[in-house]
Order: sequence, then C-alpha cells, then structure tokens
Amino acid sequence: MSVLDSKIPSGPLDKKWEKFKFESKLINPANKRKYEVIVVGSGLAGASAAATLGELGFKVKCFCYQDSPRRAHSIAAQGGINAAKNYQNDGDSVHRLFYDTIKGGDFRSREANVYRLAQVSTNIIDQCVAQGVPFAREYGGLLANRSFGGAQVSRTFYARGQTGQQLLLGAYSALNRQIAAGSVQMFPRTEMLDLVLVDGHAKGIIVRNMVTGAVSSHAADCVVLATGGYGNVFYLSTNAKGCNVTATYRAHRKGAYFANPCFTQIHPTCIPVSGDYQSKLTLMSESLRNDGRVWAPKTKGDKRPPQQIPESERDYFLERKYPSFGNLAPRDISSRSAKEACDDGRGVGESGLGVYLDFADSIKRLGEKTIRERYGNLFEMYEQITGEDAYKTPMRIFPAVHYTMGGLWVDYELQSNIPGLFVLGEANFSDHGANRLGASALMQGLADGYFVIPYTIGNYLAPQLGKRPSTDHPEFKKAEADTLAQIQRLLAIKGRRTVDSFHRELGLLMWDLCGMARSEKSLGRALSRIPSLREEFWQNVNVLGANEEINQALEKAGRVADFLEFGELMCLDALERRESCGGHFREEFQTPDGEALRDDQNFAHVAAWEYAGAGNRPVRHAEALNYENVHLSTRSYK
Amino acid sequence: MKHLNLKVKVWRQKNASAEGGLVEYEARNIPEDASFLEMLDILNEQLQEKGEPAIAFDHDCREGICGMCSLSINGIPHGPSATTTCQLYMRHFKDGETIFIEPFRARAFPVLRDLMVDRSAFDRIQQAGGYITARTGSAQDANAILIPKPAADKAMEAAACIGCGACVAACPNGSAMLFVGAKATHLNTLPQGQPERNQRTLAMVRKMDAEGFGNCSNHYECEAVCPANIPLTVISQLNRDFVKAAVSESVQ
Ligand SMILES: Cc1cc2nc3c(=O)[nH]c(=O)nc-3n(C[C@H](O)[C@H](O)[C@H](O)COP(=O)(O)OP(=O)(O)OC[C@H]3O[C@@H](n4cnc5c(N)ncnc54)[C@H](O)[C@@H]3O)c2cc1C
Ligand code: FES
Repeated sequence: MSVLDSKIPSGPLDKKWEKFKFESKLINPANKRKYEVIVVGSGLAGASAAATLGELGFKVKCFCYQDSPRRAHSIAAQGGINAAKNYQNDGDSVHRLFYDTIKGGDFRSREANVYRLAQVSTNIIDQCVAQGVPFAREYGGLLANRSFGGAQVSRTFYARGQTGQQLLLGAYSALNRQIAAGSVQMFPRTEMLDLVLVDGHAKGIIVRNMVTGAVSSHAADCVVLATGGYGNVFYLSTNAKGCNVTATYRAHRKGAYFANPCFTQIHPTCIPVSGDYQSKLTLMSESLRNDGRVWAPKTKGDKRPPQQIPESERDYFLERKYPSFGNLAPRDISSRSAKEACDDGRGVGESGLGVYLDFADSIKRLGEKTIRERYGNLFEMYEQITGEDAYKTPMRIFPAVHYTMGGLWVDYELQSNIPGLFVLGEANFSDHGANRLGASALMQGLADGYFVIPYTIGNYLAPQLGKRPSTDHPEFKKAEADTLAQIQRLLAIKGRRTVDSFHRELGLLMWDLCGMARSEKSLGRALSRIPSLREEFWQNVNVLGANEEINQALEKAGRVADFLEFGELMCLDALERRESCGGHFREEFQTPDGEALRDDQNFAHVAAWEYAGAGNRPVRHAEALNYENVHLSTRSYK
Repeated sequence: MKHLNLKVKVWRQKNASAEGGLVEYEARNIPEDASFLEMLDILNEQLQEKGEPAIAFDHDCREGICGMCSLSINGIPHGPSATTTCQLYMRHFKDGETIFIEPFRARAFPVLRDLMVDRSAFDRIQQAGGYITARTGSAQDANAILIPKPAADKAMEAAACIGCGACVAACPNGSAMLFVGAKATHLNTLPQGQPERNQRTLAMVRKMDAEGFGNCSNHYECEAVCPANIPLTVISQLNRDFVKAAVSESVQ
C-alpha cells in the first residue's frame, strides 16, 4: 500500500460520507473513558474537536499558547462562514458549494473531502445557533446572509464583522462546559515543541510551560494537531503574532508529510504597509467588496486625491476584466489584478503600493447608515490605523499574506501518514486546493472539529485500547532531552542580532521571491539565500535571559528557527510545481492575458514532502487527484 | 511621517513573587503611525541590542479582537483611545511626553512578569456557567427558532466582549460585573438560553465572588474604558437576573 492512501470510500460522491460513517468502528461508551486524546490548539478546529470528543466521553487534554483558549487566532475572522442552507432560495445547494470550492481552489483539492465539507456545512449553522451564536438576522427573525468572493449566491452567515469571534466563543463555551465536567483538561500558555512517536505511532507531545519554562511530556492514545496556518513565515501577514509553523513542522521532522506548502493565499484587501516598524498587516474583510468598488487611476503616476479623479479617468479593473463576478472575483485573481495595476505605475498612496476600495456609490444608493450598520467596525478600525475616514474618502488597500492552503498531508479520516496523528483546520491541507474561497476556513475548521474527527478517530483508536505508553518511555525522555538541548543552544549563542531582525529579513525575502508571483529565477535566489540566513541565525542570534522564566524572545526564537527551515521547503515546492494555479503564480506559466495557466497533465496532484534529515533534500511524493464528478475546466470568472 | 521622542516609565517585575518597580527609558524616533505595541517593539529591539531583556507584554492579534493585550497607560486601561492598546496609535501622543506604562492592576489579576497579568479567573467564571448546553449534532434547523432582530442585536452587542479585563482594572473595587453581565446578557437574552438561565446566572456570579473580584458600587469606570463598547445596562440586567434566580432557588 502506498503511504499516500487517501482512504476515500467507494461509491457515489453523495453517499461516501454516509457509507464511511456506517462502516467505521464504534467504541463503546464504557471504553471511551479509557482513551486519552491530546488536542493541540483551541481555535475553531481545536476547540470544537476537544469539546466534542470530551462530550463523547474521551479524556481530552487541550493545549494553546495564549493565556486563554478564547484568544486563538480564529477570533480575528471578520466576514463570515459559508453553508449550503439555501435560505435565500437563490439556487444554492450542497453540490453548488462543493463545485464552487473545487473550482475556487483551481482544481487542486480532493473531491470527496470537499463534498463532505459542503454536506456538513449546514449542520454547523444549526449547531452554532443552538449554542447561542448571535448571527445577523432579518426583521422577520430569520437568519441573514451576504455574498463572498467566488460565488454567485448569498450563502455567507455572519455576526457583524466579528464572525470568527462569535463562532470561537461558541466553541469556547462548549469547551468550558467540558472543562467544568472534567472531561477536558486545558493547558493555556503551553507550547508544543515536539511530537513523540512510539513504534511509529503518534503517542504524545513535548511541551514547554511558558510561565515557568518547565519542559514536560504528555502521553495519549492519539494526537490531534489544530495549530493553524504558517502565514507568519512572511513576517508581515494578517495572522496573529504568535501564529507559527512549529507544531506542524516539528511533526514533519518526525515523519509527517507536508502537503503543498507553497499554496499561500494573498488577500486582496488589506491596509497597505506604511513603514518598516510595522509588526503586522490588517485585513479589511472581503465582505466589503459586496458594496465597495475597486479602482485605480487610468493614468500612470496620477497623484491627485481620489475625489479629483473624474469617473472617466478611473479604471474599475475587476469590473472591467471579470464582468460577471466583478468586485467579487476570487482572492488570488483580485490580488494579482491589484499588483498588476501597481506594477504598471498606477498604484496610489505614498508608497504607490495600493488601490482604492470606494464606497461612494453604495453610500449614495443605500445611505451612510446602512453602510455603517454593515461594516461600522471595519471603518472604525481603518480610521484608527490610517487616520482617514472611509465614509468620505475611499479606502486604500493592498494585498497581504492571509491564509495557507498547504499543511500537513491527511487522508479522508484527517489522519496524517503517521498513524495516530490527526490534523484539523488550517493546519492540514485538505479542502481548499490552490486557493481558498472567502468564508470557507471557518466552515472547514468547525466541520473538522464538530462533525468529522468525532467519526473518524474511532477507526484508529478501536484497536489501540491499552496501548498508551507511559511518559517514562525512552522516546519521551529522548524527545524531552532534544527539546531542552535546542533551547539551551539558542540561549548559548549570545550573538548580536535580535530574533525579530532575522524574522523580518526572512519575511521580506519570502515576499519578494516566493510571494504573489514566483519564477524559477526568484525561487533559485531564495533557495540560495535562506540557508545562509539560517546559518547566520544559529551563529549570531541574541536570545537573552533563561529558560526557567517567561521569555518571549526565546519563544520567538524557536518559531523563527522553524520558519527558517520551512521557508526553504516552501520555495522548493513552488519551484517543483511548474505550473500556475490559484494562489501559486509562476510567471513562466500564464495565458496571454495574464491568467494562471494550469498544467493538468503533469500537476493534477498533491505534492507531499517527506523530511529526509537535516541538510538533505526532502523527498517529493505525489497523490494523484482523480476527478470523477467535475470536469477540469479553465477557471473563468469573466 | 512625523517621529516622536518620548520618555516611558515602565513597570518591570521579574516574576510573580519578585518586587517590581518603574524603570525609565528613552523611546527615540517613534513614527507617529506606529501602534503603541510597535513603540514597545522598537524599544525592546533597542534594549536587547544593549543586552537588556525585553519588556514582557501580552499581545497576539494586534487587531483589537483577541483581548490579549492589556497595559495601563498613564493610569488608564488601554490608554487614551476608545479601543485596545494594540489599536492605539502614537499620533495620540506629543513629542517629548512622558508615558507611564503599568500592568492591569486588580486583586484577581496577579502580575506574572513586567506588564503581563494572569486573567485565568475569567476563564473559570465562564466554565462555571457561561454556556448553553447544546450537544454536538443534536441541533434543530437554525431557522426553526425565529429570533427578533432587536433581541439578536442586543445579544450581539453583549457578546462582543473581548475578555480583556480592562473593566476590572478600571474599577476602584476590581469588580468584574461588566464582564459577567455581558455574558449573562448575551445568553439570557436568547430563547436558546432560557432553560439554564437561572443556574447560569447564579453560578457565574458566585464564581466571580469566589475569585476575589470586588463589588460594583456604581463608579461606571468600566464602561468608559471598555474597548468593545459593552453598555452598563448589562450590569442592571445581571442584577435583575440574579435576584430572580436567587428567589426561585430559595423557593425550590
Ligand atoms: C484577519 C483574518 C480574518 C479572517 N476572516 C475569515 C472569514 O471571514 N471567514 C473565514 O472562513 N476565514 C477567515 N479567516 C481564516 C480563518 O480565521 C482561519 O483559517 C481559521 O480560523 C483557522 O482556525 P484553526 O482552528 O485552524 O486555527 P487557529 O484559530 O489559528 O488556532 C490555532 C490554535 O493552535 C494553538 N497553537 C498554535 N501553535 C501551537 C503550539 N506550537 N503549541 C500549542 N498551541 C499552539 C494556538 O494557541 C491556537 O489555539 C481569517 C483569517 C484572518 C487572519
Ligand atoms: S492584541 Fe488582540 S486585542 Fe490587542
């Protein structure tokens, strides 16, 4: 059997999940208590999984690096969550959501996984409403919807501009109920630093208590990683500052395959960079494109204030290039179009790296009050950051790193190639192909945690009863010693550069050479520069203080050390994928009008990378993507 | 872009049991478009280059939503703007100004290091009752419950709390009534929240008292500093719900 067995059930697409559930192994209630499950992460994926597994009777330990599970990065999601409810009666269906997601991902995701996602999407909304998530409503009391990019139906549910917050607080409340019931034990301010394998199975983790510095082992019957995405490899991104690749990368070093690491999403509507002191980028939700029109001046170097540029001299480039989707073209396409305008010398703002998102027409049509109701908090945030009033002058926006479609390889059960290691949410690669549609990450996180893992974990666990090792096992002792050794090594360097200065340099390099556009040449440069930067890091980084205390520089150093290895893997993956698809745009492969040019003949597959030891070239495996239900077409949003 | 030179007096404390004190630093050449935390980043880079450990402070999203950042700035939790510290920009300060930066102060929030405090008491209050029991997979269709828009909006307004703890730090009594009131109002307003309403209210209030938060004596400082605009009405709602629940408990 190939290591990349995706375990997709046979039978028709719309019956696979039912069939799988029926055929999967159940664990009797009295035995559930005998299993311990580790869940790393308390975002939508982790919190929903930990709560549900706890509710089912498993003994769960849940870990997060923040001071409270409620602060996981999912909290920052603004715009909404998709579900095929068809409450608007506008022609939506499970099949349409499935198709939109496959097409949006530029035909680089697995049919069966995506179909299941669309199927359970409707249960998510029911579940969240039952928990008290205050989704937006119409006057009649029914749930309200809005539209997101890449779709022509209104299927996005939202809670003001704070959908992620409300969904996470729902999952957090379910988690709290289990913590109170004693079925989940929560470990906040605790960072996972290694995965422990016993006889080839994932049986535990090594963690560091971020308050005391104590490094310790936790054993379990299986390990679930729900540790989010790795967008911070670019230093500047819309992710929270602590988002990292450490948990997944260290699992990768223990044998877990990393799939499609080069698939990163650059979000078209973020507040432009204003200086080199900047620590993160702020997203302006895609929902704004429901009512905002994107434009740039027609003339190069036009520095007039936007109000003084007459209609006839504005280029509403998304409406011009993609008339049927207009301002709601998918993210990869919208980002590239903005970049094109700026590369052409038509960018706006001080840096010339920006385009306008203009609400004047909508305000005229709907009134300022309606716009304020829909997006008030976003306009406020924009004003806080830029000092400008977007009710009066258009927002300036520019693409920024936002989401990572790549992640640890998983099969239909969300199990990695390491038995007993499950990966959920943004941390896995499974559902979004080469480009994720807006409002689909929240859907996937909650689908994985509430509705998939509780059914799929049983097949692995059932025959494992009584096989949980103790933390005295030599594998734990060795992993603990290795973790401590790395910490001591970082502290002993006492060089001259701060951790952040390395992170910034890596980020800039990744953005320039492996960002919105990539080429053999740029990737070659990146691949020659990253190893020397990494070498310098290990000789010249300055991490002050000790391990046995709160030490934020040390925490960051560990993460940057991993980014410095992982960045190379990303570039290698980007180099080897000699086609353009979704967010992966190789300059050599484009249509005459500058659209991504896929190569289905050679690249309709998932690239899954196997770690081959320090200093060795990782091994690339391919999982073929077989399309039985959709026709591989050229994506068109025209 | 304008740049500022500032004096900052920062609370430094090595760990929970050590003594702390204010230490003065020069923060030079701070861009006015930088956020308050970016000012601290710049200062930290300068400190570390001189071999001094960085100032520890909590933060994560830097978008005003995760509730992880804290800081009392010139005595005001989250400082002189209507939002969180991470969304406070340096253009609110004047060149040459002296800024006092301290951790959130409250009996229930012990200092862990420098500007970091332990707010886990908030989690324990939520664990006591801040939920609606809804077993995964057992929910009815979401549109089967009609919720009038005003009720949904009221619940949302209260649910917007980010759990930062500024309300507690601002209150002379260290009371958590705004925080608990927000959760109670969110869940108690919705039809789904009715079955557990009394039990939830009693459990959260009792846990709040047990965690060492003070009483509310109507200073209203909490509302003034709340970055999520939680209205004071959640406190009166909590008081009403508590009385009702206590009465019904004593009758049973
Ligand atoms: C600004 C912004 C807006 C967004 N808006 C939307 C939207 O409107 N709709 C949508 O669908 N998607 C949106 N997304 C994407 C979506 O929010 C994320 O993809 C999703 O929330 C990820 O959830 P998760 O549970 O996989 O991971 P996260 O929420 O990132 O959680 C990761 C968890 O893992 C823990 N963790 C990480 N590393 C470690 C470690 N080493 N040790 C211990 N714990 C660790 C963290 O503490 C955290 O609890 C947005 C993203 C951003 C950045
Ligand atoms: S860092 Fe998240 S609210 Fe300030």
